[in-house]
Amino acid sequence: MNDEYAGDSSQWAFGTGFEDPLAGVDTTVPQGVDPAELAAYCLMLGDDALIMSQRLSEWCSRAPDLEEDIALANMALDLLGQARLLLARAAAADPGVVPALPEGSPVPAEDALAFFRDAEQFRNVRLAEVENGDFAHVVVRLLLFSVARLALLERLRTSPDQVLAAVAAKGVKEITYHRDWAGRWFLTLAQGTEESRRRLETALEALWPYQAELLAPHTGFGVDPATLRGEVDVVLDQVFAVSGVERPGDAPPSDAGREPIGGTGRELPGGTGRDGAHTAALAPLLAEMQVVARAHPSGRW
Amino acid sequence: MNARDRAAEVARQVRDPEMPMLTLADLGVLRDVELDGGGEVVVSITPTYTGCPAMATMRDDLVHRLREAGFDRVEVRIVLDPPWSSDWISERGRAALREAGLSAPGPAPRRTGPIPLTLGPARSAPPCPRCGSAATRLTSEFGATACKALYRCTGCQEPFEHVKEI
Repeated sequence: MNDEYAGDSSQWAFGTGFEDPLAGVDTTVPQGVDPAELAAYCLMLGDDALIMSQRLSEWCSRAPDLEEDIALANMALDLLGQARLLLARAAAADPGVVPALPEGSPVPAEDALAFFRDAEQFRNVRLAEVENGDFAHVVVRLLLFSVARLALLERLRTSPDQVLAAVAAKGVKEITYHRDWAGRWFLTLAQGTEESRRRLETALEALWPYQAELLAPHTGFGVDPATLRGEVDVVLDQVFAVSGVERPGDAPPSDAGREPIGGTGRELPGGTGRDGAHTAALAPLLAEMQVVARAHPSGRW
Repeated sequence: MNARDRAAEVARQVRDPEMPMLTLADLGVLRDVELDGGGEVVVSITPTYTGCPAMATMRDDLVHRLREAGFDRVEVRIVLDPPWSSDWISERGRAALREAGLSAPGPAPRRTGPIPLTLGPARSAPPCPRCGSAATRLTSEFGATACKALYRCTGCQEPFEHVKEI
């Protein structure tokens, strides 16, 4: 079928791809919107997607069966796409957020943001960065993450920033699939065997302390995640009820000596991922994700 | 045919790199072809899914085909709004999908307000594109590309891919 492409070198021009995922998109910041606030907001949502995507992609070839392996890789890809657009949007709104690179470096702004910031400059929730566990762990992580992200993107479809509104409208369709996938697996594991239920409850107990951070108040531009609490609870309670799993109590991860997964006491008192206060799991994740790009700051990909 | 129409005709023939039975026009990804005052062709495309890794290949293919047709200056722009919907796949595209053994999408869900959680089967399963049997079962909502789900026909026992409704 592809004979017509035989010997056509342009067909193999991978890696010369769109330098800018917003090529041709009008990125003028609308009147009345503070560019720095818009950039900060997009960075927060973009970092959530990027770090979650990286963790999900670590599942490649490790899922219990091929279908779920493909599912996790697809979700990682959707989130990577959202991250690219959001980081590019942040850079276009406020070029001041982009780390400086050697003069003449061809690295585009979204890559500079992804590969040339250190852990404390990332604004993702800690739920996205904690180390992977078993399959129940990724199901619970995706459920908590997707329920909150879907509620937020639904509201952002009417954002005064047209770029963010468009990213949100598209993201809603994608995250709906992620959330429902996680919800179905939550139910399946809860009602499967004693072992699957034990693992699910263990994962929920480990990850629940990070849930509140998804809904932490954010002031300035954008929908405040704190206002989503009601609708997020409705969906989560629905999953818990159908699965016959008790909703865990609310205790923030920093309370009463409760150490986040992989914690080493580096966390700032009261700080969250939104403030750049991360668990010890983020730095090794970034080291792996960034090493090649940092080795070649003037490389063209 | 004027130059703009000729450019549009060339762009419409470019095929999707992941589902080459479809042209970008059939898939609904090709949104606009214009000729600006300076003779540059400006092509607008939209991603099916945000992370679609085929966008760069589509861009390269469009530029290459248009250059072959004598349009030296080509710019490919991304359009994000409104987001792509499987409803935009043309009738000809749907027929081409079926011809290739893929199941074409049904109508995309139209929603207002919060999107209800679906813990059961997401939608009525599509009929088997090979044998026509209605006895099919969802294997996974996620497939070899972002836009496809995996099903199995319990009639003829064959697995098949279904282009998802979004």
